Amino acid sequence: MNRNNTKWLILIVVLIGLALWVDLSSNISISNPSTGEPFFSRNVSIRLGLDLRGGQQSLLEADVPADVAVSSDDMKVTVQTLESRVNALGVSEVVMQIAGDRRIVAEFPGISNPEEVQAALQQTAFLEFVDMGDTPAAVGTTVQTDYVPGGVQPTVPPTLTPTLPPTITPTDTPATTPTDTPPTDGTTPPTDIIYHTVMTGAELDTVGVVNDPTQGYQISFTLKSIGTQAFSDYTSANVGKYLAIVLDKRVISTPVINSAITDGQGVIQGNFTYDSANALAIQLRYGSLPIPVKVVESRTVGPTLGEESVRKSVLAGTIGLSVVILFMLLYYRVPGLLAALALITYALFTLALFKIIPVVLTLPGIAGFILSIGMAVDANILIFERMKEELRSGRNLRQAIELGWSRAWPSIRDSNISTLITSFILFLFGNTFGASMVKGFSITLALGVIVSLFTAINVTRTYLHVVLDNTKLEEHPGWFGL
Amino acid sequence: MNIIKNRYWYFAISLLIIIPGLVFMGLQWGKSGSPLLLGVDFTGGSLLEVQFAGTRPAAAEITALFAKFSTAGNPLTDPVVQPLGEDAYSIRSKQMDDATKGKMITEMETLSGGAVTVLNFTSVSAAIGSEVTRAAGFAILLAALAILAYIWYAFRGVEHAFRFGTAAIIAMLHDILVVVGVEAILGYFLHWEADALFLTALLTVIGFSVHDTIVVFDRVRENSVVFRRVEFEKMVNHSIVQTLDRSINTQLTVMFTLTALVLFGGDSIRHFVIILLVGIFSGTYSSIFNASPILVVWQNKEWRNWFRPKAIA
Repeated sequence: MNRNNTKWLILIVVLIGLALWVDLSSNISISNPSTGEPFFSRNVSIRLGLDLRGGQQSLLEADVPADVAVSSDDMKVTVQTLESRVNALGVSEVVMQIAGDRRIVAEFPGISNPEEVQAALQQTAFLEFVDMGDTPAAVGTTVQTDYVPGGVQPTVPPTLTPTLPPTITPTDTPATTPTDTPPTDGTTPPTDIIYHTVMTGAELDTVGVVNDPTQGYQISFTLKSIGTQAFSDYTSANVGKYLAIVLDKRVISTPVINSAITDGQGVIQGNFTYDSANALAIQLRYGSLPIPVKVVESRTVGPTLGEESVRKSVLAGTIGLSVVILFMLLYYRVPGLLAALALITYALFTLALFKIIPVVLTLPGIAGFILSIGMAVDANILIFERMKEELRSGRNLRQAIELGWSRAWPSIRDSNISTLITSFILFLFGNTFGASMVKGFSITLALGVIVSLFTAINVTRTYLHVVLDNTKLEEHPGWFGL
Repeated sequence: MNIIKNRYWYFAISLLIIIPGLVFMGLQWGKSGSPLLLGVDFTGGSLLEVQFAGTRPAAAEITALFAKFSTAGNPLTDPVVQPLGEDAYSIRSKQMDDATKGKMITEMETLSGGAVTVLNFTSVSAAIGSEVTRAAGFAILLAALAILAYIWYAFRGVEHAFRFGTAAIIAMLHDILVVVGVEAILGYFLHWEADALFLTALLTVIGFSVHDTIVVFDRVRENSVVFRRVEFEKMVNHSIVQTLDRSINTQLTVMFTLTALVLFGGDSIRHFVIILLVGIFSGTYSSIFNASPILVVWQNKEWRNWFRPKAIA
């Protein structure tokens, strides 16, 4: 065996070992043997698409006139807001991605309440400043407020505010530096209380992050003229009490009122880092979505259909692979056996890649993979046919093998490039419309083509040389199906 | 084996499939205003597949239910209700939102007296549908142009590289027409709808069609250097015969895997796989019997004789 083949064989064996490791485990990690600390750890369980595990996919579109430009920053903020909103509904593993300029693809695996989720996505988020009285609320608490959406000004029905009937009295006291300080500890207020909404996010004019030399990062805000008076009245009467900032009925911060804010300008202080201050500022600024969205497409797949599809595709894949292997064995004999081994190698590699990247497997994606099994042998068939031709024209086996490979290469290369071109176009198409089925198919097909080029060319050749060097293959032309 | 000699017979066989396909595209056009029975992915609307644990209500009851939820702003009257197996329905209507669907399912549960499972629900707005349709046309065009450019580039050293590209594109158009024609016929008789997966199958077939054609053309390219003295017709025929084993064997392996998918792969992708199977078969056929013979027709400029009496060989 020449040195080159030995090198290839070692490389292939190492790769097969790695692939098997990934294929057979759901989590891979490498730990430092002395300390036991992992250097590297990665979840490599197979990711199934919605069509295989059940769930819902929605395509959301910015609900603004087509000629109005939508900035990508606004889209990012919209995605963040939507994510926190559906997380609040208890939906896990939500995936949201921006598709194109003005669309968002949202995927909710295995949800049982699609109607509720859809409603949550489409409502415009709602920011309120809520009077908490003397009790601070923990971040994340859901509170009920007396605000009635639809343009009605907040009112204070006395029966609804048992703990603290706020007496809103105007005051002329000039403001000192109005500051709010978040409470150190939050206690959960009783949930059956309906709190009073002092004002809504609509009254906020500007929100920014400032770095104060003594106080660190602060959030500064100014109010619109309508809000200024109400806020001034309220804060003057409630110094020392808690004012919760509530997004979609969920408390995101509970500062205490240090002094009255009469000129519509104030700061929120706390032990903020730049990031946490900025995050709160974003929520204040965009409490309502920067861009309203509407659902333009929605797909729901029941979980039972998904399970059945997985079982059936695995069965179909196994049968397909077996028939192809049988055909190769019968028709091409010894090289066929080696091609079959290369094909199994191919299947191991591809599966490992799917798990590492990770590729989300959809039903058409699996079809693409199974289809690529058929294509993976095409390169071998091209080579073997060429080899046979060269053998018939009187060359010896070694020459025939070399010529088979070198002469079949241009057609293998050119034909696979054309498949890659169409895969790429399919991917672009699928990506723009959030058509994850089309996208899944194009990814698995393209990966399959690339891996099959490697296995059909290098792996089969290496196997063939190993056999050639260790047997008297030359004496048995029948082994080549001649 | 002389394939080139009988080239006009092979062209005729292709037309035998393509012409009925075109006829049914026309008939479909008369019925629905598009050459194929398009699914909600392209037209917009809703497709709801529901399974009944209790008794399956009559189709008329479902229609009445849809009429009940229909409003002036969102008309849902006259849904197309089709049985799906023994205990399920596939219902196609104008676009309906998730909230309405939820209410509808509750009413269906009352009607059937048992649990109702949503197997599948797709709802696409009309605007997205028409945009997807435009993009689909664009994707097909882009694929064709990219491949034409690539072949032109790959065969740049060969005399008449443009002919190879054009012949490959004609073979590709042949495969598109066969696939779309078969889909039109199946849509007409079996009510198969062309959805996003149909488009995926079509684009895959385009890739494959060219894949096969290139293998044959590659041999023509190689032989055109080796057999400089041999008559063009003979050289092309020789190239086809040389690659025939490979073409058939590759075709067989792909057919094995696809047939396994048709038989065992489940209902949801059966249409998709059958269309792929038809297209890939057509792709192999056209690479052997259409693409290379077209090179010969072009070389001999045979169209000059097409309309003269007893002209073709």
